[in-house]
Order: sequence, then C-alpha cells, then structure tokens
Amino acid sequence: MQFDTGSPIWGQLVAEFSRRIVTGAWPTGSRIPGVRDLAGELGVNPNTVQRALAELERQGVCRSERTAGRFVTADTDRVDALRAELARDAVDGFVRRARGLGMTSTQAQRLIEERWHDHHTDPAAGA
Amino acid sequence: MTTTPTLRQERDPAMTDDAALVSVRGLTVRYGRRTALDGLDLDLPAGQIVGLLGENGCGKSTLLKTLAGLYADHDGEVRIAGHRLGPQSKAVVSYLPDRSALPERARVRYCLDLFDDFFPDFDRARAEALLSHFRLDPAMRLKEMSKGMQEKAHISLAMSRRAQVYLLDEPISGVDPAARASILDGILHMLDADSLLVVATHLVHDLETSLDSVVMMRHGRVLLTGDVDDLRAEHGASLEQIFREVYGS
Repeated sequence: MQFDTGSPIWGQLVAEFSRRIVTGAWPTGSRIPGVRDLAGELGVNPNTVQRALAELERQGVCRSERTAGRFVTADTDRVDALRAELARDAVDGFVRRARGLGMTSTQAQRLIEERWHDHHTDPAAGA
Repeated sequence: MTTTPTLRQERDPAMTDDAALVSVRGLTVRYGRRTALDGLDLDLPAGQIVGLLGENGCGKSTLLKTLAGLYADHDGEVRIAGHRLGPQSKAVVSYLPDRSALPERARVRYCLDLFDDFFPDFDRARAEALLSHFRLDPAMRLKEMSKGMQEKAHISLAMSRRAQVYLLDEPISGVDPAARASILDGILHMLDADSLLVVATHLVHDLETSLDSVVMMRHGRVLLTGDVDDLRAEHGASLEQIFREVYGS
C-alpha cells in the first residue's frame, strides 16, 4: 500500500481497514490480524496501526476481546452503513469534480451509466 | 535533628521527568572550544520509535554516544529508566555506533560469541533468527560482506539485546533502498512493544511511515519535536517537506 506522507498515516489506515471490512477481505465477525503483523505487512509504525484500529472501535466497526484479540463487528447492518458511508464519500468527490468541469446532473448520470460496465472500472478485472 | 522540606522536593522544572524512559536536562558536551550539545532538554517515553534528525554536526551522534554512557565528561542531568549514566544505565541501552566497532576479519559467528560474553541480555536465538531473515550466513567474515550485509549483521546483533533503549546511529545510510526496506522491516519486527528506539538519520523519507515522533536538532539543541502524524496534520506536509522547511531557513 502506498501512503500519502503529506497527511496523517493513521487516517489513511482507517480508510484502508474500512475498505477491507466492506469488501469482505476482513469478513463480518472475523478476527483481525494482530497489530504487529499489520504493521509489518504495511510497513508502518505499530502505534499508528493501533490508533487506526482504536478509531474503528470507537465507530463500532470492530471490537476488542481482552484475550482473544480484535474482531470485525458481527453486526451486518453496521458494515452496510459503513459501506454506504464510504460510497457516499466517493460520490461526493465525483459530484464535486463533475460540477467543477461544468457538467449537469443528467450528463453526469449518463456518464456513470456508460462507464459502469467498462472493464477498466471493474475491480474484478483487476486495476 | 529534623529535616525541613526544601523547595527541591516541590515540583522543580529542572528535575527530570520520571514518566519518561529517557530524560535529559541541560545536557552540555564540549569538544575543546566547540560546544556539541548546548543545554539540551529531552524526554522520550517507552514504546516509541523516534527519529533523531538534523544536519551533519548538529549533535545527533554526540547525544547518542552520551546516552550510551560513552562520554563521562558532560554537564547536565540524564536519566535512563531512572538510572544516572553508569553501569546500570548501560545495562539497559543497546547502542549501534555509526562506525563498526567489530573486528573486520571476524566471522559473524564469532561476533555472536562476543555479544554472548559481553551482554547478559543478549538473546542469541533472536540474533540467529534476524540473520536468517536477512539471509546472512554466520560463517561469513564481516570484511567479505557488502556494505548492506554488514549493516544487517550489525543490526542483528544490536537489536538482539533484550534492552529497554536502542540507539541506532545512521543504521541505513550508505545502503541501497531495497536493503534499507529490509533492514527497517527487521527492526520493526524485533522491537518489543515497550522499548524505545531512537534512530539518528538524514534519510527522513525512508522512515516516514515507521516513526512515532521526531526530534529535530540544530547547533546542539532541540529545534522541533512532536508526534509525526500531528506534525503532518499541522503542516499539511510530509516529514521530509517539514524537514526542508525547518532547515531551509
């Protein structure tokens, strides 16, 4: 994973871990890898990973069990809400830029419809 | 005779911070007429990876050497895990100098024996695990190794003491980027969660995502210190950019 070193790393980790949860890379109710392992995998400071996971806990997306470790919430509604939140953020970004380019809502919607099935934008086809 | 409480027992700002693993007050070191450290104050907590940054000659190496207990000749107050500088502080500090102190002709295996003899806290199994992580053969002589391999051998030894404080002086300079990443990875894996690692470096970029906090030095004093993510948020810039801003002026 590439980080933008010009903004706090922990916030970028919150985004990355959220993505893993909503895409099912970390399935609902499953155990999250240990802080050290994640730090090693991502090449970041363990305390930064800890800070990101604590934020996800605060948001109710994951929970700690004293001895067993940390788990993704088993509440599928919460994960759905997180997915909706991330999607809304992505759409907001798109709308802002499309407006900036002078597009109308109809034009933007037609463009989304056009691009939706394009193989370049299909994550299953690989980036 | 009764003792009267003195002002010193009250909270004295000149007193070192007991909560910090390393605490320094008014540290001054002179080389002849040159002042290498000029009344430096610093508190470093346990469980952190700290980048010690600054230009050549700003006092980074002198600070590390002093913390390692190698300069008896200094003014000021230093506490490491509550100990004044001396045998007790040395026992909890693992120091990797910027120049090798090991015999060039020695095989790595012999260096393992040396560390075993010298340091009661040396964990030989951990050193062997690190060496194998770095794909180094203990039968090799240091002088037969590339610079990157030598650096990895030194890191394997220094990080395998079960110390509380690790002081690494320029551990990745003069090493290619791939070896740097591998060395940092090895360090991050071996570090206990409650120990303190201080890395002096001018390679800010390579350490961007590994550090908890930075101490930027100039002319023997601390210029700027803080949590790296807080500094990024505050300046809207990377550590490397902040470094350039601070030293560019």
